[in-house]
Amino acid sequence: MTTLAGESATAATPDDERYEPKTGPLWALRDSWTEAVRHLRIIPRNVELIMFATLQPIMFVLLFNYVFGGAIAGVENYTQFLLPGVFAQTVLFGSAFTGIGLATDMEKGYVDRLRTLPISQSAVLTGRTLSDFIRNLITFTVMIVVGFLIGFRFEGGIADGLLACLLLLAFSYAFSWIQALIGLSVKSVEAANSAGFIWMFPLTFVSSAFVPTESMPSWLQPIADANPFTKVTNAARALYGGLPAGDDVWISMLWAIGITVVFSFLAVRKFTGSVAR
Amino acid sequence: MIEARNLHKRFGETLALAGLDLEVAEGQVFGMLGPNGAGKTTAVRVLATLLQPDQGSARIDGVDVLAEPARIRARIGVTGQYAAVDEGLTARENLEIVGRFNHLSGRQTQLRANELLERFALTDAADRVVKGFSGGMRRRIDIAMSLVARPRVLFLDEPTTGLDPRSRLAMWDLITELKQDGMTTLLTTQYLDEADRLSDDIMVIDLGRSIAQGTAAELKEQVGGARAVITTSAPVDDVVRAVGDLAKPAATPYQDGETVSIAVHRTTTTPDLVRRLDTDGIPVTEVTVTTPTLDDVFLTLTGHHAEVEDDGTTAGNTLEGVH
Repeated sequence: MTTLAGESATAATPDDERYEPKTGPLWALRDSWTEAVRHLRIIPRNVELIMFATLQPIMFVLLFNYVFGGAIAGVENYTQFLLPGVFAQTVLFGSAFTGIGLATDMEKGYVDRLRTLPISQSAVLTGRTLSDFIRNLITFTVMIVVGFLIGFRFEGGIADGLLACLLLLAFSYAFSWIQALIGLSVKSVEAANSAGFIWMFPLTFVSSAFVPTESMPSWLQPIADANPFTKVTNAARALYGGLPAGDDVWISMLWAIGITVVFSFLAVRKFTGSVAR
Repeated sequence: MIEARNLHKRFGETLALAGLDLEVAEGQVFGMLGPNGAGKTTAVRVLATLLQPDQGSARIDGVDVLAEPARIRARIGVTGQYAAVDEGLTARENLEIVGRFNHLSGRQTQLRANELLERFALTDAADRVVKGFSGGMRRRIDIAMSLVARPRVLFLDEPTTGLDPRSRLAMWDLITELKQDGMTTLLTTQYLDEADRLSDDIMVIDLGRSIAQGTAAELKEQVGGARAVITTSAPVDDVVRAVGDLAKPAATPYQDGETVSIAVHRTTTTPDLVRRLDTDGIPVTEVTVTTPTLDDVFLTLTGHHAEVEDDGTTAGNTLEGVH
């Protein structure tokens, strides 16, 4: 049996290549994947997590469709109108896990462990957002399947339908970075929880997700129309419905890319900068 | 192996480090002893690349901590005060993840994980999720994780705080074993017996700076060393004459009722004293040689006790813990 510290503890010299960190973009990618795997591995063994992660989107789809569906006038096929909004909201809410997860790891001291490992520091964040993206993808797939069961269709064809899905997921990924910054900025998991969710309610409800913006008071309507969440919902709705999407697709894609670039920069800077907490 | 010069760190109003110097030789267990808020954790965090000091410099294994943190991280293992394990993973997975983060090959990672599981008596629990583990087991995995990459230096920040007495003893054995393997360890503790038992060199730290350093024996010597306490009905002068050159040259004997206390050389034993006193026919009822505890050291150096009260506060020290 080898010793605890290993023969190397005394035999190694400072020049030993084992003690030289491996850096570069490829190692950074590998580190991100390792960190993502750490989060993904718990999914299959956590039955409760799977249940709630799938039940909640199913409930959303069914509740909104059958409870509000009949009450909202002026829309012909409410299922086809509503589901893109429900999809968009659910994947967006899914981004909150990023902030909560990071805050939890910080509180438990795991982030400190990660920081003392010879890894690319940004991998802690890219790995986390990557695993949340995959988790969101699973949730989204469940919702699409349920949607199809109650009459939702890719009326604009498969390609446009998939493009809409991609757009929504990209949007959710972008918001993961906002949540990452929030998770790194707050002092507790509870704070990450409320700070992560609270602003997403006005963002998603003051939009075209559930009702046409024309039905809103005149002072609210321009706000709703300018809301990036309206853009992405409209884009997805047009693509799923085979309707002319206009500028909404590229505008919402720009939003997703812009948010990702700005907030990943801010979050990584926050993470690697001041370490005091 | 570890050298730090003039480390300063301020958190708002609190000066957590106020010019700390330290030097740890290869293979040594260096004990940093002090109450909550003394600056121990801050010092560890600075050396472990987790915290930027306001001032000062540090080198580990010849590498500058501030200039090349990535190279430092490849050389150190860090176990903080709270077991930093992923509760959703099994013991084995926790070790393997760290192996991958250290860029070991899949096979190396597997072998190393098995090796550590066995050495830490975790083989039976290897494939159970950590969530159900006891505090002692978690701490063992935590330390095992810090050892995966065979670090040159190990930081243990209060490794026994919050452990039950049995786990605490097991942890002591573990640290002793690591030392036998040649591991350079920086250990922080607020327990005097722990520092005394495990460390080659002890630094007493208070308010962010070193107030004394040396082996446990040297520190005790600083406060006056050993004293002979003799209970007798004979006059003090007779006792002093009988003790003779066992006493220190300039020693002033104290008398309290029938008890006489004299500073003696460190090597003096109770039988030595008894023999001398018996030769001179001095009637004694009790003879003991007392050595000061590290608590006496702390009290002498700082004016307050080091031991932590049950409620977690430190007597005579109102500083909040800086972690």
